[in-house]
Amino acid sequence: MGKSYIYSSVTKKVIMSLVGLFLITFLLVHLTINLLLLFDPTRELFNVAAHFMGTNPLIQIFQWVLFGGFALHMILGVILQVQNWMARPKGYKKKAASEKSLFSRFMIHTGILIVVFLVIHFSDFFIKAKFLGEIGEIVYNGHHYEDMGLLVIEKFQMLGYVIFYVIALLILGFHLDHAFQSAFQSLGVNHPKYTPFIMGFSRFLAIVITVGYIFIPLFIYLK
Amino acid sequence: MNINLTLKIWRQANQDAPGKFVDYPVENISTEASFLEMMDILNEELVAKGEEPVAFDHDCREGICGMCSLFINGRPHGPDDSITTCQLHMRKFKDGETIVIEPWRAKPFPVIKDLMVDRTAFDEIIQAGGYVNINTGGVPDANAIPIRKENADLAMDAASCIGCGACVAACKNASAMLFVSAKVSQFTLLPQGKVEAHERVENMVAKMDELGFGNCTNTYACEAECPKDISITNIARMNREFLCAKVS
Repeated sequence: MGKSYIYSSVTKKVIMSLVGLFLITFLLVHLTINLLLLFDPTRELFNVAAHFMGTNPLIQIFQWVLFGGFALHMILGVILQVQNWMARPKGYKKKAASEKSLFSRFMIHTGILIVVFLVIHFSDFFIKAKFLGEIGEIVYNGHHYEDMGLLVIEKFQMLGYVIFYVIALLILGFHLDHAFQSAFQSLGVNHPKYTPFIMGFSRFLAIVITVGYIFIPLFIYLK
Repeated sequence: MNINLTLKIWRQANQDAPGKFVDYPVENISTEASFLEMMDILNEELVAKGEEPVAFDHDCREGICGMCSLFINGRPHGPDDSITTCQLHMRKFKDGETIVIEPWRAKPFPVIKDLMVDRTAFDEIIQAGGYVNINTGGVPDANAIPIRKENADLAMDAASCIGCGACVAACKNASAMLFVSAKVSQFTLLPQGKVEAHERVENMVAKMDELGFGNCTNTYACEAECPKDISITNIARMNREFLCAKVS
């Protein structure tokens, strides 16, 4: 019927889940590196880790897998949402809240806000480091490194930026609260023994990632 | 006890008419009455006044046929859990309350008239694979095929779906995943249904998508509003079945 290029609803959800889980592993790696900036006045741990992430050939390849993942997650997310809106051309006058996963209702909204944050975040850090070369240098043991840590600390000493960053991370937390457990359901993993754990772990992970990321700018600003 | 109410009902002359909400005061309704009996009283009053009665679907009035629908005060089958509209009683409402009554809203469920929607889409999904092919002949012994007790129970739970469409009505995406997954599960859990499991799930999902139902976002409103308490574990099972079918 010439429709084979259109993925089924279930296939699209499976791809969303797999890519989403991959993106969560990236968030954890990023968070771990960010936390290296704490309790280290020389910023050596963070700068060396940032240098590794920016130069290691394997990471350079994976970087494009990551960008592709983001793009796929965004494109599929928008396609799914548009189809969902089209499935109910006329809405209800009165609609009670029957949903059991509150943030599932706002995935497209939190998703779009995360994209906006990512664009700003990229122009602040990634593009500066990769393409503009506006980062100062620092020497540890005779080796030269870009002083990414200083750039981060300078940003996080601006109250406006800290507030913006905290709000963005809270939105990411709301997205993740639904995302993680939802991914398992989409992949068909639902079991009376394990699903309550996955539900709880989803919230735990959302809180750990959000609090972890937010702690860093607050710590730097208040120090 | 008797109560007075204001009903805000969606009136639509036919599929192409624009439709609008009309307010109807109803008085002296017994709290012992069922919701549909209250609708009958309203319709008798309308007929007596020479007005067009409100069209709504109903049949068995004992919660097993799946014909009644109605989106009452923001919930499919109204403000009670695990029941159909015909089992809803007026004691669930307060004196002087305004009740908003709407038809199911979904692109594949067009309004035929007033509160009646066309649920042929569900029949089309069943036609796409919700059956087993068997060679007719002598009736086999019912106990000839061993079936695991747990699977028999799960299949029975899935088969209790009456196809009313409350899951679609409740879902923010008008997704039919709970209905389709219940129908897939009731067969795939049993040896007789396992034979055609792969083509069944692929064909039923394809038909569901083609008809324009939304995608599942795991909001679980369907499970919360299902009058037969069909579990979302059926959706996960269907996703598994679908993945297995696609990779095999």
